[in-house]
Order: sequence, then C-alpha cells, then structure tokens
Amino acid sequence: MPKRRWALLLLIIPFVSVLYPDWYSRLQPELAGIPFFVWYQFAMVVLGVIITIGVYALEAARQ
Amino acid sequence: MIRGDELVVFAILFVGVAATGFLAYRWRRADLRSLDQWGLAGRTFGTVINWFLMGGDLYTAYTFIAVPALVFGKGAIGLFAIPYTIIVYPLVYVVMPKLWRVGRHRGHVTPSDYVADRFDSRLLGLLIAITGIVATIPYIALQMFGIEVVLAQMGVPVEVALIVAFLILAVFTYLSGLRAPAMIAFAKDVLIWSAILVAVIYIPIRLGGYGNIFAHVPTKLSILSYKSYMPYATLAFGSALALFLYPHAVTSVLASKDEKVIKRNAAFLPAYSFLLGLIAILGFMAIAAGIHPAKPYLANAAVPELMASMFPGPFVGYIFAAIAIGALVPASVMSIASANLFSRNIYREFFRRSASGAEEATVSKIFSGLVKLGALLFILLVPTTYVINFQLAGGVWILQTLPAVFLSLYVRWLDRWAVVAGWAVGMGLGTYWLVQEKFAASTFALFGQTNYEVYIALAAFIANMIVVVGGSGIARLVGAGIRTRLTEADYEVAPTGA
Repeated sequence: MPKRRWALLLLIIPFVSVLYPDWYSRLQPELAGIPFFVWYQFAMVVLGVIITIGVYALEAARQ
Repeated sequence: MIRGDELVVFAILFVGVAATGFLAYRWRRADLRSLDQWGLAGRTFGTVINWFLMGGDLYTAYTFIAVPALVFGKGAIGLFAIPYTIIVYPLVYVVMPKLWRVGRHRGHVTPSDYVADRFDSRLLGLLIAITGIVATIPYIALQMFGIEVVLAQMGVPVEVALIVAFLILAVFTYLSGLRAPAMIAFAKDVLIWSAILVAVIYIPIRLGGYGNIFAHVPTKLSILSYKSYMPYATLAFGSALALFLYPHAVTSVLASKDEKVIKRNAAFLPAYSFLLGLIAILGFMAIAAGIHPAKPYLANAAVPELMASMFPGPFVGYIFAAIAIGALVPASVMSIASANLFSRNIYREFFRRSASGAEEATVSKIFSGLVKLGALLFILLVPTTYVINFQLAGGVWILQTLPAVFLSLYVRWLDRWAVVAGWAVGMGLGTYWLVQEKFAASTFALFGQTNYEVYIALAAFIANMIVVVGGSGIARLVGAGIRTRLTEADYEVAPTGA
C-alpha cells in the first residue's frame, strides 16, 4: 500500500481561505487604495502557490 | 471605419504567429498518422512546454473578454474567477496525476477511454464522449466570439475576417495537431503578459492611481453584497470542480511526459490566475474611465474600448493581436480533444471496430475541422447570447461527469448503472433549472431560498452524487458484481522513461 500522504492536507488551506466570502468581502483595510476584498484574493493566489510548492517539496523529500 | 494603424500591427502579428503553427509539425518530428502523436504530441511535454500549453488552453481569450465584462457590468461577483482558479490547482495536484497514470498504462487519449475501461461500459464511455463534445463546441464558438469582438473594434467586416481566422486555425490544427497550439502558446504568452502588464501600470497612472480608480467604483460594485456570498462561493467551487473534466483540459494533462510535470504545474499555473485577476481589474478601470460600450457587444466591448481610448493605435493593435492569438490556442486544443472523443469513442467504438491507428487519426483530423466549422456557423448564425447560454449549460453538463471520471479513481465500489443514473439525474435537473432561469442566470434559489442562491451545476451535481452513492450502495447490497477492465497494476506508478 502507498504510504500516507499527510502533506496533502495542507492543500485544504486554499479552499478555506477563499470559499467563505463573509470573511473578506470588506473595503477595509485598504492597500494603496485597493479594497481588502480585491487585494486579499490576490494575496491568496500567492499563498496557494507557496503551499503547493511546499507540498511538492515535502513529498519529494520523503521519496 | 477601419482603423489602419491598429489593423496593420494586428495583421502582422496574427499571421506571423499563426505561421508557426503551420511549421509546428516539424517540431519533435514524429509520424503524425497516429492519434498519440497528432492528438497528444507523443506524451512528451515537459514542465515548461506544458505550462505554456495549459496556460493558453485554460485561460482562454473568451475568459479575457468575459471576466472583465462581468466585473464592468455586475461588479465584484465577476471576481469569482480568482477563487475559482485558486482552488482548482489543489484538486489538479491530487487527482490529475492519478488519471495520467492510468492513462499512461492503458494508452488512453480521452476521458471517455478511461471511463469505458474503468467501468467496462461502452455506454458510459459514449455518454461521457457526447457530454464532452456538446460542452466543448459552444466553448470553441466563444473563442471565435473573442476574435470577433476585437475585429469589430478595429472596424473590420467581421464575417469575412472570421472565416479567414477559421481557415488558418483549421489548417494548422489539421497539419500539426497538438504541437501547433503548444508552439503558438509561447508567442501568445509573450504578447498577452507584456500587453497586460503595460495596461495595469499605465492606465492607473492616467486615471490617477488605484485609489482614484476604486473611488469611482460604487461600493455595491467593489465588494460583494450579502446576497452574493453564496453565488460567489458556489460558482467558484463548482467551476473549479468542472474545469479539468473538460476534454481539452484532460488532453493537455495526458500530453505531459510524467506525473511531476502535472504537480509542478499545479504550483506554477496560478501565475495565470494572477494575470486573470489583473485582467478582471480592467473592468473596474473601464468603470472609472467612464467607458460606455455601444451595441451590439455592450459590456463585452468594455475592455477593448478602454484599450482603444488609452493607447496609441499600433499598441492597441498589439493588444488585440494578443487576445485573438490567445483564442487560437484553446480553440485548437478544444477541437483536437473533441475530435479524439469522436474518432476513438464513437467512430471506432461503435462503427468501425477494426479501424487502424492511421484511420483513427485521419478521422480525428477531419472531425476537428468539422467541429470548428460547426462553431463558426454557430457564432455567425446564432445570436451571441444563445452561444453564451450554451456555454453556461456546457459547464453545468460537464460537471455531471465527475463521478465517472474523478470519483471512480478513488472509490472502487461504484456501480456503473448507478453512475449512468446519476449522470441522467444531474443532466436532467441541471437542464430543468437552466430552463427555469431561461438560461439567463447560472444561479438559482434552491428550495426557494432567495438569500442563498447556488450555482446550478453544483446543485445538480449534489443530486447526481446522491444517486451514484445510494445506487452503488444498493448494487453492492444485492450483490451485483464490480465490472472493470482495469487491474491494480494500472493504478500504480508507471515505470520512468516509459
């Protein structure tokens, strides 16, 4: 049987970060005049990349 | 009125880049009389090539028109494209390497190949093939619509120009197969990234900075209203589940040379999500710039008009070329993917079981042209709103193939008849709800809850899943056998260098 891939659980974070708009559909705090709602989602794109690269690295290290 | 300076730059770039598609058959030269070579480029694409190909394939020209148009017209709800393209990649990371692995062992070219093997069911394979083709044709038509919008903006007679674009597209796809869009994707990316980066830096300078742009956007447009939370979340989630069920997405995954390519690109493809986000913001800029797009394209012309009002003619031609070339890549891959569904899963499976590999590839090449011809007629003869409605419906329909294509990779006790029944229920309910909304909306009030409208595709999918899981449970209880042509070895890691 394949070994358990616990690192994959980290991939839940991107879902949690954007699938509940009640959290982030706000104007404040603005970033250089850009509403929180907008810049937060751009930040989550970056976070998603970091997490996926992290998971890839963790999995590669175990092999 | 024809805008000469825009058109000259546009024409040079468009023809120049399309020409690389004609020569792409020489790239990694192989015998293109096999479907593996013509339709999947020999399954040899590494991380970099596949990043360009999938970026060009998934983030389509139509998306680049429609997303900012939605932001321009309806505000923040249009940004659902950002969470959608964030959460799709964790799914890709987990699911697609597995589909690739089985596909590599068994020589699958289409999702339908996999499903027919997995359930030992020609019927289920056929249903998946038909769903894929029907969902893809309006999508190809909308790529042509993307070209049409920028052509019209330049004052070109659209019918003639679209027929020319169609011929170029059809011939290079016929000649070079998947190699052509992969090669064009490089040039397309250089154009689109440079154009958008210039736009998102220069336009805010002209409009007095991002703060000033958002100061001109009413709050009810710049953030979600309470009522939009549920549509926003369900549209993002449902669209993410559906994206990699589309045949063209599966094609680009299967063209990868190994599993690492897929996983790495699950990490790197969000660069395009960032780009898409920037393009969405152009919708807000068009509001702030006081753009009033005219009939017949209305909001869909918002960004092209914004560009035309901000930049000198030659650079406008450059941007429009980026959009039009951006349409060639997905249109080509989509036509290849649906042609493979036809040749493999309908023609050979039901009409010519003895067809050779070369015959199969020939049928695919011809059908890829017919699919695009159908899409061209669709866009020329059918009012655009109907084409958009069809594409919307395509998203609802394609999601109903999830139990057969994705869930079956993990759950071995699924029953094939339960999956057929779930598909039928999902298709039926989804279509019924679309009709109730007169195809004008993608969300509806489930159980009359007007404060919590949900994406129709997702609601139909949940009904589908209940039938699949319940039906499979019953089938196991009454002792129906599990039918499959796959063995345990088919799910295991493929030998490297295979």
